[in-house]
Amino acid sequence: MATSATLRAHPGPGARSFFSRLATGDEIARLLTLAFASLILLLTVALVWQLWINSAPARHKFGLSFLVSSDWDPVNGQFGSLPFIYGTVITSALALLIAVPLGVGAAIFLAELAPPKTSSIFTFFIELLAAVPSVIYGLLAIFTLVPLMRDHVEPFLKTTLGFLPFFKGTILGVGYLTAGMILALMTLPFIISISREALLEVPTEQREAALALGATRWESTWQAVLPWARLGIFGSIFLGLARALGETMAVTMVIGNGTAISASLFAPGYTIASVIANEFAEATGDLYPSALVALGLVLFLLTIVINALARLLIIATARQGSSHP
Amino acid sequence: MKLKTLGAGAVGALALLLTVAQAKVLINAAGATFPYPIYGKWFEEFGKKNSEIQINYQSIGSGGGIRQLTEGTVDFGASDMPMTDEQITKLKVKPMHFPTVLGGIVPTYNLPGVTQDLKFTGAALADIYLGNIKKWNDPALAKVNAGVKLPDAEIVVVHRSDGSGTSFVFTDYLSKVSPQWKKDVGSNSSVKWPAGIGQKGNEGVAGFVKQTPNAIGYVELIYAAQNKMGYGLMQNAAGTFLKADFNSVTEAAAGAAKSMPDDFRLSITNAPGKKAYPISTFTWLLIPSKIEDGGKKKAIVDFLHWMLQDGQKYCADLGYAPLPKEVVAKEEKAIARIQ
Amino acid sequence: MTFRNRWRKILSHVMLSLTGVCAVVAVSLLFVILGYLVYTGWRAIDWNFFTQTPKPPGETGGGMANAILGSLEIVLFGTIVGLPVGFMAGIYLSEFGGKTFAALVRYTADLLNGVPSIIIGIFAWSVVVKHTHQFSGMAGGFALGLILIPITARSTEQFMSTVPQTLREGALALGASRWKMIATVVVPAAYRGIATGMILGVARIAGETAPLIFTSGDNQHHSTFWNEPTLTLPLAIYLRGTAPYEDWHRQAFAAGMVLLFMVLFANVAARLVLSRGITVQK
Repeated sequence: MATSATLRAHPGPGARSFFSRLATGDEIARLLTLAFASLILLLTVALVWQLWINSAPARHKFGLSFLVSSDWDPVNGQFGSLPFIYGTVITSALALLIAVPLGVGAAIFLAELAPPKTSSIFTFFIELLAAVPSVIYGLLAIFTLVPLMRDHVEPFLKTTLGFLPFFKGTILGVGYLTAGMILALMTLPFIISISREALLEVPTEQREAALALGATRWESTWQAVLPWARLGIFGSIFLGLARALGETMAVTMVIGNGTAISASLFAPGYTIASVIANEFAEATGDLYPSALVALGLVLFLLTIVINALARLLIIATARQGSSHP
Repeated sequence: MKLKTLGAGAVGALALLLTVAQAKVLINAAGATFPYPIYGKWFEEFGKKNSEIQINYQSIGSGGGIRQLTEGTVDFGASDMPMTDEQITKLKVKPMHFPTVLGGIVPTYNLPGVTQDLKFTGAALADIYLGNIKKWNDPALAKVNAGVKLPDAEIVVVHRSDGSGTSFVFTDYLSKVSPQWKKDVGSNSSVKWPAGIGQKGNEGVAGFVKQTPNAIGYVELIYAAQNKMGYGLMQNAAGTFLKADFNSVTEAAAGAAKSMPDDFRLSITNAPGKKAYPISTFTWLLIPSKIEDGGKKKAIVDFLHWMLQDGQKYCADLGYAPLPKEVVAKEEKAIARIQ
Repeated sequence: MTFRNRWRKILSHVMLSLTGVCAVVAVSLLFVILGYLVYTGWRAIDWNFFTQTPKPPGETGGGMANAILGSLEIVLFGTIVGLPVGFMAGIYLSEFGGKTFAALVRYTADLLNGVPSIIIGIFAWSVVVKHTHQFSGMAGGFALGLILIPITARSTEQFMSTVPQTLREGALALGASRWKMIATVVVPAAYRGIATGMILGVARIAGETAPLIFTSGDNQHHSTFWNEPTLTLPLAIYLRGTAPYEDWHRQAFAAGMVLLFMVLFANVAARLVLSRGITVQK
């Protein structure tokens, strides 16, 4: 914005004083909007500060061992975050495992194969999925997904793949697997829409060159188009991951509230967000609530890192798109 | 054009806000899910007779009630677990315990093929929750349920995930009937459950058991009864198998009336008496001993009096048992001590 | 055709059809969700739902009048708190921002955007509830406003930066002061996009539940939202959906249907507004 730089009130020869500049209203406008913009900074700082001081009792008592201890015992004042970090990671990983192939596949269809009108209509509906509130996903999951998992999917997995440690144990219908599935459903629209945009950015020359060399349509997509768009697709994956990490309501309703680590996907578990949602209002004493806030701090840091990575990837895609001839 | 309609809408909303905000005495309470069905009924009925008083009750569990009372976000709390001395010291104003009703905790289950009511011994129930008994057709269960075809299915054990007075009473009972439970797990509002899955509140446990075949959970009687769920007979200290109901729960408190301490904190699990239901309990309102707001104090005191007289009449319909006469008399005297 | 070529062709057809399947599955999910909600929720909607407050557990005939009103109040409060701040901040980022400070604000806004809403709830609890010793609709509205701020700021900035520089220069050349130029030329030119962003943001916070659990809480009655716990529609859905009572399930589905319709309606309306294009007066 080189032009506006020169338009900015830079004092030059014969520049007016602050107060005369004030009179024009420009300075007021600038200061006013600046104040609001600074408010964003202030609020974020306040957020981090509050998280920090409210988690102090837990941090002082446990230090870094909080991150590796798997003992969550409110009665005896022992708190460790590992079961929740584990639950968060496992459910998010499951979600991506399901949503990425499905989502990238759908994105390929929408970007490469579908006629533009169909593609826009489909994309419109898929983006509406992203607007559905989490609690509604959870409500539907309780009455449709959980019985489905309990009566059909999990028994099937147990009989066919029951030798693996992932598919052992009592079948409840709720647990890591169900939570992972509902999370997959919720991250799907993000992965589809961002991957689709990344694929649309790929210059047609790539496709045409591949086809000219005798590739089939699929080979052209798989070997020429996808690699080009991979940064954007990875960005979409990270963005979906960031969303999955913080998802609270739908997960709380189907994860089964288990505070222990278990290899079995059928077992009940907890994510950081869902344990805070469940236990915050009733955590008695000083240590217990501060342990929950400390968990919140961990989640906060985790989402910052993942979001930063996502944005870097998406910026890198844009840069790549503009720099390549 | 657009702004005008937005403005009109905002003004309309504001007007709505103000009409709703009448000059009422608004009282906030939170706590146990165990007595929520009757408290809900009470607050509604009391509100009908005293339209200027509105009592809002958040059913978040006994642990939540104690926490919110400590934080000062509620005017009084509710709990099925009496506060420990340590918890009491954390409050600036000492809380008083007022028993409200008696209730029974029943083992409710979801067994589609089984139509008869199942019998449970205390030891068997403890073993189920310890994870020692894993299947419904285990010999220990079959022994007391002769003639019932128990399925060859894994028991889905359900307990509370939140800090629960109901859990406290249940584990208190299990500790009395199972030495292994007492040693390995103990009794508290929140314990390290050896088996099973946790749900939030009596509502959550009942909801989950209702939806999940082969599940078992412990809930207050009314939750099982209102939702037409099967619940079992428990064997009491005298050896009789009986269901929780108005009479058996009242019987459990019969002896308690005389030994009720001044602060009303008393456990009546596994009470003696041929007709006493073994997993019975008082449930308490936690009222601050000093209430500064005059309007709120009057409202709470009025409610307590109403609760001890008229409120007790609602017990029978909702599956709770009323307080023994001696306890009511003692409480009436205690109310006067609220400053 | 050699075997290998035939195989490649078959693979191509298969894989591409699979992608089509993926797309169809993804789209049909939306309709499955909508359909199921409407199917179960439609029969549950009755006059009681809109006019009655909740009844004690086990009794039928209760409704969500207070939840609907509570949601309206809290979302309104959140909008009043969040929209102006976000809008003004967006203007700053687009029109006035210096390099480093604006970059810092942008980064922080994106950061706030990515923070899980339950963490925002913890913040609102520690700032409002802890000090007022009260669950209140205001605390919940504050949390929602916080969520709205970065969304609005970034979308406002985004749409204002699409307005061509020539428009700005033209206004300035005609002698308009900076703020007049922004207010009378740039903002109106971008208003479609800005309005879309705002509508989408408000629709998003209307569906939020997690931060409200321990800020605005639960209430059986209508409440004054600034000093009393206030029930909201999403929280009511959560509480009724996880309980054992059939009547409460019914109500949860009805509420879910109402909420979903409101959110989808806002989203569809906003997108249609946007797709009409950002008109630039010549």
